[in-house]
Amino acid sequence: MSGISQEDVAHLANLARISIPVDELGHYAKQLDAILNAVAEVSSLDTENVAAMSHPVPMTNVFREDIPGVSLTAEQALSGAPAVEDDKFRVPRILDEE
Amino acid sequence: MNYDEAISKFDPVLGLEVHVELGTNTKMFCGCSTVFGAPPNTHVCPVCLGLPGALPTLNKIGVESAIRIGLALNCQIAQWCRFARKNYFYPDMPKNFQTSQYDEPIAFEGYLDVEIDTDEGRKTFRVPIERAHMEEDTGKNSHVGGATGRIHGADYSLVDYNRAGIPLIEIVTKPITGTGKYAPEVAKAYVAALRDILRGLGVSDVKMEQGSLRCDVNLSLRETPESKLGTRSETKNVNSLRSVERAVRYEVTRHAARLTAGDSVVQETRHWHEDTGISTSGRIKSDAEDYRYFPEPDLLPIAPSREWVEELRASLPENPAVRRARLVADWGLSEIDMNTVVNSGALDLIVEAVDAGVDPAAARKWWTGELARIANDRGIELEELPVLPSHLKRLEELISAGSLNDKLARQALEGVIAGEGDIDEIVKARGLAVVSDEGPLLAAIDEALAADPAVAETIKSGKLAAAGSVVGAVMKATRGQADAARVRELLFEKLGVSE
Repeated sequence: MSGISQEDVAHLANLARISIPVDELGHYAKQLDAILNAVAEVSSLDTENVAAMSHPVPMTNVFREDIPGVSLTAEQALSGAPAVEDDKFRVPRILDEE
Repeated sequence: MNYDEAISKFDPVLGLEVHVELGTNTKMFCGCSTVFGAPPNTHVCPVCLGLPGALPTLNKIGVESAIRIGLALNCQIAQWCRFARKNYFYPDMPKNFQTSQYDEPIAFEGYLDVEIDTDEGRKTFRVPIERAHMEEDTGKNSHVGGATGRIHGADYSLVDYNRAGIPLIEIVTKPITGTGKYAPEVAKAYVAALRDILRGLGVSDVKMEQGSLRCDVNLSLRETPESKLGTRSETKNVNSLRSVERAVRYEVTRHAARLTAGDSVVQETRHWHEDTGISTSGRIKSDAEDYRYFPEPDLLPIAPSREWVEELRASLPENPAVRRARLVADWGLSEIDMNTVVNSGALDLIVEAVDAGVDPAAARKWWTGELARIANDRGIELEELPVLPSHLKRLEELISAGSLNDKLARQALEGVIAGEGDIDEIVKARGLAVVSDEGPLLAAIDEALAADPAVAETIKSGKLAAAGSVVGAVMKATRGQADAARVRELLFEKLGVSE
């Protein structure tokens, strides 16, 4: 079963903001395909009556009371930021000029 | 192309998405405070900053509010549902995903009935609701450089994450059809009714101007109600009731102009400009955006027990539209008077006063008149005034007993607001009492007549309106403590004139 094309890899890389050179797309397509094929073995089982699982522990309704706790100081919050201005995170231009 | 022409050629289909910021004490997934206006990045922690290894914990009141909103909108409540990660990259989302709900919203399949005025009188439209789901707000960007402080042309941006993680409920309608030319009015009435319901539930302060209630307007046109749906535009930043109506009207006209000219409507996100009353193009929505949704592994599913849901249903307040109709009847008001009351934010305060025994007309007069003026002068909300139902009750008792007049009553209220005690204490301390002893009144009338010798003759000649200046002078001389009607009577008696 082969599913992943070079276009798929380019699309996923774009969504994940990963830069992959064009000449390496085939390489990753092959790798991802191999992973999918390995996982695809599951489809040989009859899972019609098995619900898809997103959480390994069968628990629900775990809530926290609505009571404020301790927050960081601005200094702590910003301590790992590459750039800071006016106690805010400074980030590069978001939209390019149109 | 004007609106009437547009609507004569096309049938509009509306969709409304409303985001409401909940008024919880803490954020949806961490214990950071939600109080507005704190210094930047002081209501943040590893969870809402998306630091590695931080794990979210779910706010119970956030979930409870979502269920109550769903119930108030006649929705079904999910037996079991999960959160999902909506993945995208934007600096106001520190985690690079928004924790939201995808195909398992907590509430779905509801409706809201709204009333509008039509050519055939008042008419009810049923707005079908697709879903209400839980998610979290983003941080706030400010843009530096460029001419306008807007995102376009900015050199760089600054981000404050205090708002990131504040609980949001997104309420999405199904396509609203059958409104015809009333689409703008239905859209506005829906958002207004939703706002009233949310306010009644006490789950949010629903201030559109501060962004705690935000509306996106989706609109498409088709040639006839039988045609298939046209291409839609999504207009964001529609942040007042008036703008909801204007944005629908604008988009109907814009779409119609394009379609009539043989152009196609582009599926895109547009930005509403309150000042100029137009929308401008934003992002083009090429194909369905790929957010790579998947179930949030760090939060356990929610399975509200039916007992819990029924308990919440039983505690819902009376539907605002029903309550309003009841009060209009009980108080004998016109719809216009009721609109004034509701828009002034005085409804609950008047209800409280009436429940305490104040006459509805009097309660309405105080809260929409003098007290509204004082609150407005001070730039505060009506409910922030320290005026209690008991104050108004005592005031009205003294007025009907004739010991206070309107002017003195206003002075007594000033005393209440200044924290001088209860009405009786203030009346005593400030010496507020209608002068009922006629001796001083007659003396004051004599003085006023002596000061303006011509006026007596004028009144005697039949120009009764001239009495006003004499009564005014007497009121002034008695520092407002006279009963003006009684002064007038005494004056006419003295001059031998009858009204």
